[in-house]
Amino acid sequence: MHTARTNPLNTLAMHGALILYTLIALFPVFVILINSFKTRKAIFREPLSLPTADSFSMIGYQTVMKQGDFFLYFQNSMIVTVASLFFILLFGAMAAFALSEYRFRGNMLMGLYLALGIMIPIRIGTVAILEMMVATGLVNSLLALILVYTAQGLPLAVFILSEFMRQVSDDLKNAGRIDGLTEYTIFFKLVLPLVRPAMATVAVFNMIPIWNDLWFPLILAPAEEVKTLTLGSQVFIGQFVTDWNAVLSALSMAILPVLILYVIFSRQLIRGITSGAVK
Amino acid sequence: MTALTLKGINKSFGTVHVLKDIDLEVEEGEFVVFVGPSGCGKSTLLRVISGLEDASSGEITIDGKVVNATPPAKRGIAMVFQSYALYPHLNVRGNMSLALKQERRSKAEIEERVAEASRMLNLTDYLDRFPSELSGGQRQRVAIGRAIVRQPKLFLFDEPLSNLDAALRMNTRLEISKLHRTLSASMIYVTHDQTEAMTLADKIVLLRDGRVEQVGSPMELYNNPANQFVAGFLGAPSMNFLPASTLNEGDNRTLGIRPEDLTLDPEGPLSGKVSHIENLGGDTNLIVDTEGSELTVRLFGQHPIDVGDQIRVSAQQNKQFFFDQDGRRVA
Repeated sequence: MHTARTNPLNTLAMHGALILYTLIALFPVFVILINSFKTRKAIFREPLSLPTADSFSMIGYQTVMKQGDFFLYFQNSMIVTVASLFFILLFGAMAAFALSEYRFRGNMLMGLYLALGIMIPIRIGTVAILEMMVATGLVNSLLALILVYTAQGLPLAVFILSEFMRQVSDDLKNAGRIDGLTEYTIFFKLVLPLVRPAMATVAVFNMIPIWNDLWFPLILAPAEEVKTLTLGSQVFIGQFVTDWNAVLSALSMAILPVLILYVIFSRQLIRGITSGAVK
Repeated sequence: MTALTLKGINKSFGTVHVLKDIDLEVEEGEFVVFVGPSGCGKSTLLRVISGLEDASSGEITIDGKVVNATPPAKRGIAMVFQSYALYPHLNVRGNMSLALKQERRSKAEIEERVAEASRMLNLTDYLDRFPSELSGGQRQRVAIGRAIVRQPKLFLFDEPLSNLDAALRMNTRLEISKLHRTLSASMIYVTHDQTEAMTLADKIVLLRDGRVEQVGSPMELYNNPANQFVAGFLGAPSMNFLPASTLNEGDNRTLGIRPEDLTLDPEGPLSGKVSHIENLGGDTNLIVDTEGSELTVRLFGQHPIDVGDQIRVSAQQNKQFFFDQDGRRVA
């Protein structure tokens, strides 16, 4: 009999490689987590050991809760991330739809122009952005961050989404047109649900850098009431003394919301396209 | 009354001239089939009629109104697509009623029309299912139902059967034909399959390279083709073409004979070696290598002939077609 192509050795090697990669990827997170539950001495003496009855301490978490307005930072980060993602997905998808669906003069050029941002890091323009924000009075506001992150995320979103929208059946859109649906209804009701997996991909790609960003919050919104979590955690890192317990605890807590958002989006990734529409 | 009139339709995509000066009339209640090889512009023509593409020039009149500038939804047409194109987020009822909701019809009227269409298409039990829960044939029936409920002046079918398997295709073909009789609506049907064209059409429009080659009833086109292309396109197996000089010395025309008009004849003027046999039970198709050309002979019934046999055939005198060097019919 012909042996199946899934050789057990191959499967083993494949899983081995994946497990190894998972371990490497999770190791820093793991170290942060265990050390956030240890006393300062224990962190430095045996950074890789698990917290024992002796070394267990919640001092880090207590410091974080007491000092600084941790929940406010948390809320700020959440607002910035969610709002930026919303605008990236909305405008990105709309631009992608226009580029993939309509034939107009300069379509190609427009697509290239919109994709150009992928190659040019937005941080190069920091000074200009700061000047602009000062001029418009948006410094020290969450809106400044949301605008910058939206601009930063759009190029890749347009690029990925337009590729996916090209694959949405023309017949389906045309059926909508013949049935008298407006272009907006076709976009929101027919096309968007079919590119949901691509939208989730874009969301995940954009979410983590935004959540973790230190650069723009530090420059554009350093005021106490608009600090993001990453920036807020910096109070524990001093020039001479760093409160490692507090830093590690803050970071551990910062992982949580991203994890939740990731789980939400990745479910969409896996679920795939509702089949049965065409073919 | 004419349901559709096309006058001098041209369509270009950039420098590519896809439709060239198309004139056509579709009478009320007529079933018209656009047929032709792939890339001949038949689907483009349908999209121009539906309004999904604009004509580069020319005039489209549906039911007495010039509709060049009318959006698809207001042209009084309904279209059935090759890939069904059902709305994945709506169930069968929702798919069928969407267009009527867009037209702001009353609930009762929508209900009634959906019920009637689903009864006609045997879909009553499936009204609450989603497209992903239906088989291919059911999906195509929903797509047809979606067209029926709109009670359009003109139905457009864009290769509706090409995604179905052979048995289902035959059934659905019969259903469409029956539907045409019950609704007595004007229908335009695009296909590349000449069997569908022959069996369904009141009138066939045969297209090639964006031009209309010939318009007429299936039998008109079959018995009286205007040129070599039409003669070769309709009929399966397709017509044999050979230099007329094989029968009459010095004749430089091309002779066309349909496979069924060739008969085994020990005294026949054409001779050759059988290179392949297709036994279909009811019919036997022989591929015969004659000098210089290959002939297909269609015999009724079963025949004890083997590959490699030398045979002679003769052609019925009154069933011969002659074409000049440009492919035009001359006799």
